[in-house]
Amino acid sequence: MSLTGFFLMSFLIVHLTVNLLLIFDDTGVLFNQAAHFMVSNPIIKVVEPVLAIGFILHMIYAGILTINNMVARPVGYKKVNQKQASTWASRNMFVLGSLIVIFLILHIMNFYWKLKVEQSVALIMVDGAEMHDTYTLVSSLFKASLIYNLFYIAGAIFLGIHLTHGFWSAFQTIGWSGNIWRKRIEVVGKVFAFLIALGFSIIPLYFIIKF
Amino acid sequence: MTAINSKIPEGSLAEKWTKHKAKIKVVSPANKRKLDIIVVGTGLAGASAAASLAEMGYNVSAFCYQDSARRAHSIAAQGGINASKNYQNDNDSVHRLFYDTVKGGDYRAREANVHRLAEVSGSIIDQCVAQGVPFAREYGGNLSNRSFGGVLVSRTFYARGQTGQQLLIGAYSALNRQIGKGAIKMYERHEMLDIVKIDGKARGIIARDMVTGEVKKYGAHAVVIASGGYGNAFFLSTNAMGCNGGAAWQAYKKGAFMSNPCYVQIHPTCIPVHGDQQSKLTLMSESLRNDGRIWVPKKKEDAEKLQKGEIGPNDIAEEDRDFYLERRYPSYGNLVPRDVASRAAKERCDAGFGVNNTGLAVYLDFKYSIERLGKDVIEARYGNLFQMYEKIADSDPYTGPMQIYPAIHYTMGGTWVDYNLMTSVPGLYAIGEANFSDHGANRLGASALMQGLADGYFVLPYTIGDYLADEIQIPKIDVNSPEFEKSISAVQARLDKMMSIKGTKPVDYFHKKLGLVMWDYVGMSRNEAGLKKAIALIADIKKEFWSDVRIPGDQGEVNQELEKAGRVADFIELADVMTRDALNRNESCGGHFREESVTPDGEALRNDEIGAYVSQWEFQGEDKEPIMHKEDLKFEVVELTQRSYK
Amino acid sequence: MSEKILNNLKIKVWRQKNAQTKGQFETYPIDNISTDTSFLEMLDILNYQLVEEGKDPIVFDHDCREGICGTCSLFINGRAHGPDDDITTCQLHMRKFKNDETITIEPWRAKSFPVIKDLMVDRTAFEKILQSGGFVSVNTGGVPDGNAIPIGYDDAEAAMDAASCIGCGACVATCKNSSAMLFVSAKVSHLARLPQGQVEAARRAKSMVAKMDELGFGNCSNTGACEVECPKGISITNIATLNREYLKAKIAD
Repeated sequence: MSLTGFFLMSFLIVHLTVNLLLIFDDTGVLFNQAAHFMVSNPIIKVVEPVLAIGFILHMIYAGILTINNMVARPVGYKKVNQKQASTWASRNMFVLGSLIVIFLILHIMNFYWKLKVEQSVALIMVDGAEMHDTYTLVSSLFKASLIYNLFYIAGAIFLGIHLTHGFWSAFQTIGWSGNIWRKRIEVVGKVFAFLIALGFSIIPLYFIIKF
Repeated sequence: MTAINSKIPEGSLAEKWTKHKAKIKVVSPANKRKLDIIVVGTGLAGASAAASLAEMGYNVSAFCYQDSARRAHSIAAQGGINASKNYQNDNDSVHRLFYDTVKGGDYRAREANVHRLAEVSGSIIDQCVAQGVPFAREYGGNLSNRSFGGVLVSRTFYARGQTGQQLLIGAYSALNRQIGKGAIKMYERHEMLDIVKIDGKARGIIARDMVTGEVKKYGAHAVVIASGGYGNAFFLSTNAMGCNGGAAWQAYKKGAFMSNPCYVQIHPTCIPVHGDQQSKLTLMSESLRNDGRIWVPKKKEDAEKLQKGEIGPNDIAEEDRDFYLERRYPSYGNLVPRDVASRAAKERCDAGFGVNNTGLAVYLDFKYSIERLGKDVIEARYGNLFQMYEKIADSDPYTGPMQIYPAIHYTMGGTWVDYNLMTSVPGLYAIGEANFSDHGANRLGASALMQGLADGYFVLPYTIGDYLADEIQIPKIDVNSPEFEKSISAVQARLDKMMSIKGTKPVDYFHKKLGLVMWDYVGMSRNEAGLKKAIALIADIKKEFWSDVRIPGDQGEVNQELEKAGRVADFIELADVMTRDALNRNESCGGHFREESVTPDGEALRNDEIGAYVSQWEFQGEDKEPIMHKEDLKFEVVELTQRSYK
Repeated sequence: MSEKILNNLKIKVWRQKNAQTKGQFETYPIDNISTDTSFLEMLDILNYQLVEEGKDPIVFDHDCREGICGTCSLFINGRAHGPDDDITTCQLHMRKFKNDETITIEPWRAKSFPVIKDLMVDRTAFEKILQSGGFVSVNTGGVPDGNAIPIGYDDAEAAMDAASCIGCGACVATCKNSSAMLFVSAKVSHLARLPQGQVEAARRAKSMVAKMDELGFGNCSNTGACEVECPKGISITNIATLNREYLKAKIAD
C-alpha cells in the first residue's frame, strides 16, 4: 500500500500542477501546451501504463487487506467506541478509496476516454504544433454543469481525507518514523492532504465563480 | 522420620559452595537427554530453572496456572534486585551482602545458603543483561544502582519501577526459546494437584487442565516446586488472586517438611483497605519511604474528626502531627525495616489514631520533600507510583498525603530444603519463594528477585545433577503404575467430594473468614491465647467449608469456583500449621512478633536460646496434629546481636 | 476521596459456555456498589450473588490486579480495558460509571484469540509469536560482565519503553483489523535498541512477522488505536521500527 501510495502521491503532485494552469490562462494555451507535452513526452508514455498498474495494485492490495482484516475478526463487538482512539479517516480508508474509485471512473470517462478512445476531441494549432484542445474539453465541462463541479469538489475532498491518513501511513509503513519524525510527517501529511484537496477544488470553484 | 541432614558442606563459609560444586555428581549430556524434569510454576525461579535445565539437555515440562508463563507474580516486583557487584565502589562485597541478608533476616537463615546466594548474585546481573533486560543506565553506559532499606551500600539494580517484570520477561524469553526448540513442553492453565511418589522418590505429578477440566498424570525423574508463597492464606494480600500454596501443600502431604511457616512479611506501605468488598491490596514501593514522612495526628480528637471525614490532613497544624517513626527510631526514622514500620503503624491505629474512615491508615506525606526538592524531582522519582495511587485512591498525592497501611506481602517460610534445594522427599526440589531457605525471619527489599534467579539459574541446575546422576538407569516413568493410579483417583475423589457438597456459601465466604482469623490472630502481632483461639477457629472453618461450600457448574469445563475451592481448602490446612508454628516459636524475630517476647519499651525481643532453629513440620495424616522437628541453626561467622534502629 | 454508592447498574455481559457453542448477552442488575470498588471487584460481587442464586458465575481472566501481569482482558463499553486511559481493567474503578448505567462487557474479539468461556479468551497465539524469536539466544552462564556492554542512557530508556508491554492483547482487541503489530513491534524494538539484541535482529524480525501472519492476525493500517488503548502507552513508533527492521532483513536476503 505504502509504495503504490507514494507513487500515486507523486502523480497527484504532477497532475495538480498541470491542472492549475487551467485557471491561470483563460485562453487555454498554457494548459493545452502542458497537456500536449504530457502526451507527447516519451517518459510519460512509459509512466502511463505504470500509473495504471499503480492504481490497480493499490486497489487490489486494498481489497485483499480489507478481506484479510475482516477475516481476522469473525465475531465483531456489539459496542465499539473508538472516537478517541483513532481518526475516522484511518478507520475508513477503504470506504474513502472506494469513493475515489467511483470518482475516478467518471473522471476517466469524461476526459481520458474522449481523448484516447473516442478520439472525439477537436484538434487545434498552438504555436505551430497540432494538438488536442483539451482546454476546451475541460473548461466546457466545468462551465456546463454545476453538478459536475460539485462532483469534482467532492472527489477532491475525499482524496484529501484519504491522504490525511495515507501520507503519514505510507511513511510509517516503510519505517520512516520516530519520536521526532513522526510528528513532522504527520504535520506535513495534513498540509499535503489539504493542499491537494484545495488545489483540485479550486479549479471547479474557479469555473463556478467566474463563468 | 526425624530431622534430616541439611547437607551443608564442611569447610570455611567462603569455600563451601566452590568445594561442594567440585564434589557433586554431574550427568553426561547423553544421559541428560533420557531424564525428565517437571517444573511447577514459571515465576523467576521456575522459568529460570526450566530454561537452564533445558539448555543443559534435560527434557523439561513446565506447568503454570496462568494463561502464560509471563504472568507469574514475580512480575509485580517493583523496586529492584540486589547484587554484590560493588560497581559503586562503596566497599560492597559478597561478605557484606551475605552479612546484611543474615542480619536483615534477624539471624534465622542458614549461613551457608545465604553466602552462596551472595556469591552468585553478580552472575545474575550479567545473565540478565545478556538476555536484554533493560536495566537503568548511567549516561556513560554503565549500570545504575539505587539503595534500599536495611543496608548501607548501593547495590540494587533496577528497571524503573518494573524490575520484576523485566527480569521475568528475561527468564520467560529464555524459556520461550527452549519451548520453540522443543526442549520444554509448556502446560499453561494447568494446576498441579498432587505429587506422585514411587519407592519414596518423587516421580511425577497430577495436574488438572483448567480449560477442559481433565485431570492427567505426568511422570518425571525429578519434580521442582517453584510455586511461590502462601500469603493469600490471609485473603487480602499483595499477592495475585491466583497465588496459592497448593503445590507446596501437596508436597507437604507427601512428606516434604514445611519450615518456618509463621514467617510472613507484612509490608508497611500498601494502599489501605476501603471496604469489605475489597479483593486485594496494592503495594506502593518501599522506595517511597526515602522521601515521604509518616505521621498520624497527635490529638485523638483530630483523629476522630479525620475518621468521620470532618477535616482533612492539611487542616492539622504542624505541631499536632506525630511523626511516630522519627520519634521512636531517631536514627533510622522513616527507613526502619519493614517489620518495624508495620508494627508501629498498627500500634498507632490500635490506639485510635488511624486517619481514614476505618481507622486503619496512616499518612505518608510528600509535602516536606516537595518543599525541599521541588515537585519536579518528586515526580521524576515517583511519578508512576503517584499516578497508580491516584487511580486507585482517587486522591492526589502531590497536594495531600497518601494513606497507607501494612499488608501481607511475602512468605519467608516454605518447603524445607537441604543445601541442594532438595526437600525431605528425594527427587523433589523447592526453589524461590516456595522454599524457606535464604531470608530467615524477614526478607530485605530487592532480595526476593535475587533468590529466585539464583536458585533457578545457578544453584538448582548444578545440584539437581547430584541426584539425577544416580537415576540414569531409570527408564521413562510409567504413568500407568499403581502409584499414579492411586494418586489420580485420590485427586479425583477430592474434586468429586467438593463438587458434591452443594452447600449454601460461595468459596469467597470461607476465604474471607479465614483471612480475618489469620489477620487478627496470626498477623502482625501474636500471642499464645490468640494463636490457640485461631487453631480452634480454623478447625471450625474447615468443618464448615467441607459441609457447606457451594461450587456451581461442572468439573469438565472452566470452573473458577472449583479452582478457588481447592486453593482455599489448602489454605485452611496451611493456616493451621502456620498458627502452630507461631505458637511454638515463643520469641519475636523478624516478621514474627510475639507479645510475650518484648523489651521493656515494647520492641521485639529475639531469644537465641530458644529460637535459633528452623522448624520442620511433618504431616501425620488428615486431621492429625503434625509433628515438628528442629534443624538447629549454627552461626560460624556472624555474631548474633539484637537489632536496634533507635 | 468522595465515595458514593451506585445503584441500578445493569451489567450486560457476553456469556458463552465454551469455544464450540454460540454465545449471547445476558443482563444482570446490581446495586449498592461503592465508587471506590474496582471494576473487577464489582464483578466479584456480582459473581458472589450469582453463586448464591445458584447460577453459573461469569468467567473472566484476572490475576495480579495491579496492572502488570496482563491477564485481565475485558472490552467494556466499546473500549479495551474500559473508559479510562493508560490502565488495565483491574485498575478501572467504578467511579468512572454512573447510576442506572448499562455496562456492556465483551471478550477480546479476534480470530487468533478464540473465546474459551464467557469473557476468557485464548491468547496462546502471543506465546507462539514470542517462541518463534522473541529472545536473545544466550544460554545460562558464560556471559560477559554486566558493565562490559555499555548501553547509552537513551537507548536503555527507549528499550525499556518498548519492554513495558504486558502482553494483554488490548492492541489486538482494539485494532479494527485485529493486528498484533504493536505487540510484535514492542518486542522487536526492545531488543533492536540493545547491542545484545542486534546480533540476531534480522532473523527475529522475519520469524516473528511470519509467525504473526501465519496465526491469522490482521494487517496494520496505522490507525493508531492500539497505542491509545495500550495500558502501558507503547508507541506505534515501535511499529515503524519493526517495519524498518523487517524491510532491512528482507532486502538483505
